[in-house]
Amino acid sequence: MRAFTQFVQQLYGANQSQYPDGGQVGIRAMRENALALFLQKELPDKHIQGWQQSVLNKKARTDYVQKLRPDPYRPLAEYFQCRVQDLHPTVLPVSNGWFISENQTVNVDEQGVITGSLFAAIRQYPDLVLPLLAHPNLEKENGLVALNEALFNDGVFVYIPDNVKVEVPMQIVSLMNTTDPLLVNNRHLIVLGNNAELSVIQCDDSIQKESTFSNNVSEIYLGENAHLHYYKTENKDAASMLLHHVFVHQKSYATFTSTAITFNAGYVCNSFHVNLNEPMAEAKLYGLYLVDKEQVCDNHIFINHAAPDCKSYQLYKGIMDDEASANFHGHILVAPDSQRTAAFQTNKNLLLTDKAHVTTKPFLEIYADDVQCSHGATVGQLDEEALYYLRTRGIGEAAANRLLMFAFANEIVQNVAIEALRDRLGNMVQHRLHGELNVCAQCMLNNNIVFPITLEE
Amino acid sequence: MLKIEDLHVSIKDREILKGVNLEVKAGEVHAIMGPNGTGKSTLASAIAGKSGYEVTQGNIWFKGKNLLDLSIEDRAREGVFIGFQYPVEIPGVSIANFMRTALNEVRKYRGLDPLNGAQFLKLMAEKQKVVELTDKLSTRSVNEGFSGGEKKRNEIFQMALLDPYLAVLDETDSGLDIDALRIVANGINHLRGADKSIIVITHYQRLLDYIVPDVVHVLFDGKIVMSGPKELALELEKRGYDWIKEEYEQGKL
Repeated sequence: MRAFTQFVQQLYGANQSQYPDGGQVGIRAMRENALALFLQKELPDKHIQGWQQSVLNKKARTDYVQKLRPDPYRPLAEYFQCRVQDLHPTVLPVSNGWFISENQTVNVDEQGVITGSLFAAIRQYPDLVLPLLAHPNLEKENGLVALNEALFNDGVFVYIPDNVKVEVPMQIVSLMNTTDPLLVNNRHLIVLGNNAELSVIQCDDSIQKESTFSNNVSEIYLGENAHLHYYKTENKDAASMLLHHVFVHQKSYATFTSTAITFNAGYVCNSFHVNLNEPMAEAKLYGLYLVDKEQVCDNHIFINHAAPDCKSYQLYKGIMDDEASANFHGHILVAPDSQRTAAFQTNKNLLLTDKAHVTTKPFLEIYADDVQCSHGATVGQLDEEALYYLRTRGIGEAAANRLLMFAFANEIVQNVAIEALRDRLGNMVQHRLHGELNVCAQCMLNNNIVFPITLEE
Repeated sequence: MLKIEDLHVSIKDREILKGVNLEVKAGEVHAIMGPNGTGKSTLASAIAGKSGYEVTQGNIWFKGKNLLDLSIEDRAREGVFIGFQYPVEIPGVSIANFMRTALNEVRKYRGLDPLNGAQFLKLMAEKQKVVELTDKLSTRSVNEGFSGGEKKRNEIFQMALLDPYLAVLDETDSGLDIDALRIVANGINHLRGADKSIIVITHYQRLLDYIVPDVVHVLFDGKIVMSGPKELALELEKRGYDWIKEEYEQGKL
């Protein structure tokens, strides 16, 4: 048993009586079962497909602490403001792993949309939450998912009833505001009924410099013809580790579109596991990772074509500077009866220095015969011919480089359907490429910074 | 304006230009003709400063400065424009963003204030008309999915915006139908002026029906072997290049 595994066992022993259970006996059993699995599986290491290069075991410490209850209530606006102009989302705030609300009850609007703390939802709507709470296939997943299920504290619960189209985007703001080395296992559950529609923006930020370990799981259930637009970004301190495993379960004609943009953090792991369980379901996944210094970003994507006539599309792009490194591990599985599957996967990378590193493994596993599938990966430098062309028009080398890098990255940002968010993310990408990390790190946190700047300036 | 002296250029140790001498005065239009593979495009690349084109001997004087001492971008900022035979596609960079960046970098170099968005858009609309390009252009990525003719018109549009002192147009007429040829030629003529010079590199005489050159040169085997008035282009069109080859090989040129 490795040191971190031992540490988790002790931590669980010491804290278990204080883990919340929402008044449901089943939750304790769920934790026990998950812990046993974690002790057996441990953190994924080089023996597990896709984790060969991972720095996770090297970075995981054995002195983490857990916050066993929420901090005293303070309105979010007192210490955090996200200033994406003209976005005006419904904010679902999470601080140090706990949903922030004054009265610890969920909010139900006139259309029946439920939002709030996961544990509040377990208490108030056990019939809605409990059947979807435990991960359906825990023994098949790597140890991180079991770790989350054993230790999970709070998270966000969202329920959209049948036929409700939510116009206002929801923004889950997960903040770390601590100087302790916190271990946080958030559990988010998002359920869309038939014909429901929603946009969710998941933002992870840190306020202090801290060596936290966030190991979050989102379970997303999409009913027939439900449509979820999911955006994920983060701005974390370089000492932090942020892992997020998103599981999507889709019924027929359901669509899931995600854009995951990684700006800043010590270690980020974005994992999407999409189950196209019924015919005509569709998933589009876009990703962008911009890493420098010694940052590391892992991307794991698993698309399970479990039914015929489904479509999936992936486009992930990365720029690695300095000594940064990234991993792309994409796996498409087409089951024997999943005829007429269309599945495409592309991963493109730019390496800016000799010491930057990327490992890319696009992978198709196909058991049906009537399918249209492709995968491809590129690793390269900026196009010399394009650079030359820009320079012959009077654009200096540095500006030409930035213009091409922005163009490369912007292909991902352009897929953001919400204009205000797209503009802001595009702006942040520009700043990131200018090396303005501090400004970038603050821009979601500081309400006084405005960005009128355009690329030319 | 431009004075090229005894220019020798090698690519990977193979000498392509073997002593080119050429003087183009302000207000003049020169045509450079010649068969494939004689160094016409190499000459354009050497003027632009493309890497891999090693100048082993000679000078390129432009308005009193030796271009060989300047970076690619500084040559452009001094007022040299190269129109490419095969313009590259740059997905994700809009033409408006590209040209505004370029124009403002050129202005900065010359000590001028940058144009703001409104000023730039006005200028762009004006120059678009010169090459009959539509408004949609500004949001499109540079050359991405453009037809051959659109790419060439885009080159001329960029030239019109940057308003250079010297334009070197490398086979801007190739791949154009008759209407596109007329539009491109109009764009080139629009640039003509007492303080401007144009070098047109072409295979065919037909562009020269629209852009009447002051001097026609024949580039052969890395050298300018013959120069003459505009009638020389007509003769080349009629007789081809074989007689040049023969006379050159017999040492008559």
